[in-house]
Amino acid sequence: MARYILLRMADAIPTLWLVLTLVFIAMRILPGDPALAALGDAALPEQLAEFRERMGLNVPLWQQYLNFLGGVLTLDFGRSLLSNTPVVTLIAQNLPYTIELTVAAMLMGIIAGIPLGVLAGTNRNRIPDTGVRVFSLIGYAIPDFFLGAVLLITFSLNLGWFPINGAGTDLASRIHHVFLPALTLAFVKAAFLGRLTRTSLLEVLGRDYVRTARAKGARESRVIYRHALRNALLPISTGLGLSLLSTLSGSVAIELVFNRPGIGRLLIDAIAQRDYAVIQGGVLVFAGFVVLINLLMDLVYVVVDPRVRVK
Amino acid sequence: MSLFTEETLRVPAVEPGVFTKARKILFGRAETVFATVIIVVFVLVALLAPWLAPYDPLAQSIIKINRLPSQDNWLGTDQFGRDVLSRLIYGSRNSLLFGFISPVLAALFGTILGVIAGYFGGIADRLISRLIDLLLAFPELLLAILIAAVLGGGFWNIIAVITVAFIPGFARVARAQTLSIKQEPYVEAAIAVGVRTPVIIIRHVIPNIMAPIVALMTLWVASAIRIEASLSFLGIGTRAPNPSWGNIIRDGLNSLFGSPWPIIGAGIAITLVVLSFNLVGDAIRDALDPSTAR
Repeated sequence: MARYILLRMADAIPTLWLVLTLVFIAMRILPGDPALAALGDAALPEQLAEFRERMGLNVPLWQQYLNFLGGVLTLDFGRSLLSNTPVVTLIAQNLPYTIELTVAAMLMGIIAGIPLGVLAGTNRNRIPDTGVRVFSLIGYAIPDFFLGAVLLITFSLNLGWFPINGAGTDLASRIHHVFLPALTLAFVKAAFLGRLTRTSLLEVLGRDYVRTARAKGARESRVIYRHALRNALLPISTGLGLSLLSTLSGSVAIELVFNRPGIGRLLIDAIAQRDYAVIQGGVLVFAGFVVLINLLMDLVYVVVDPRVRVK
Repeated sequence: MSLFTEETLRVPAVEPGVFTKARKILFGRAETVFATVIIVVFVLVALLAPWLAPYDPLAQSIIKINRLPSQDNWLGTDQFGRDVLSRLIYGSRNSLLFGFISPVLAALFGTILGVIAGYFGGIADRLISRLIDLLLAFPELLLAILIAAVLGGGFWNIIAVITVAFIPGFARVARAQTLSIKQEPYVEAAIAVGVRTPVIIIRHVIPNIMAPIVALMTLWVASAIRIEASLSFLGIGTRAPNPSWGNIIRDGLNSLFGSPWPIIGAGIAITLVVLSFNLVGDAIRDALDPSTAR
């Protein structure tokens, strides 16, 4: 198992390198001149030259590439054009809020979604099943930022139960601040996880060992939770990884709706202000997370399903 | 009993025509009928926008800012005094346009990449597969946000962004299908007889991999609409003042203390359209690929 984990982790290195290279190519080559993009068409030639020098764009492309890779390895992403703050500092300031939101949303989504799926799976084609199906159809269709806006208007603006912006300072106020945004993201998670749990549970419930457990006279709750759900965990654990990824992408819009600090917010503000170095930093953080989460998904897979290790 | 006789009558199994099939898919279940009707209504609204919209969607009015719904403005006005209903009606054009164009383009490019990788194998396959695997690790929305971060907004950029975000999915399916079609006797026969490679690909491979590609295309219309709405909401999609459902919600949030109707109207529109395309997409997938049916 240790061998498999090491191999899998080693495999993440070329992936990471490929991601870095793609980001580099996208940032330098695709949109034409980054200096022009950042400063606008009205910029004077001297301003453009100064910008290129500051961003290290005045050296040959291969040297830029090496500088870029070196910068990433030493966690040096340059400085913000506007505030001159190092991009790493900006990321470090904002990252905890995004992680906090993502973790809270995942927890709420799991707590709601898996029991919903069990409820639907054990009452197949009856009212709870139909209810969960309607819920998940709506969950798939409703845009998270719309749901967030509705919750914000109802519970923060009209009822005054929750703050309308920011992220709070001490623990209690942070939980107070993160609740509604996390609930918004959790709604979509619960729809997805509920559906997934239902499907994988139904598949398992027809198996011999479930029948045996029932024949032995085990209580139904024991059959479901000890025998069936445990075996349904494999697809659910993959689903959790996918869900974590989509929570991360959803957090961008949700941070904007609830006016919270975070990496998504940082990236979107940087795009609006054409802050080249911060855009690059934000893109890299998200891409890095995707690679990391995929790696974790694979590792969880090994732990949950011993059969994978043999391959 | 009547079912039995009906079955026996049909015995020389005639492949049902395209229209019969389409009718069965679109009107087979009650929920799909509902979805089809919603889609038709929204397509008509988008086509007839100039005749249906009571006002010019861009016309501002300083004397009627943030009005609640009234007889003159059914859904009220926004913070620039623009009629919300008219903006929603014109916004449907953007949403549906991106919804249809991007999946088609992505299917085209994705199929080309997938067929090349699957048919030729070797280095091309290794390169394309590695890239596909990498891009598939990203959720489409996140990939779209990251590409849009670099490219910026605007009509063609959004099309490019959503198309690129969808290409890996199509390429993977096309590659897998091509790999299995390549083993079929008729393809081996064509190779043995000496038919030129482009002819084999166009005449034998492509027609036989189209079913799953088309199914995927319809499933992704909904995703494309969602992604366009998200990008426009984030301010990196359809640019103001042009209306799109996403940026109507954005504008609505920017004047939180004004009328909530722009947010409610646009949000319900997106939800209904995405829900409908999801339902129709599921029905088409189930029809084309019975193994995934519920």
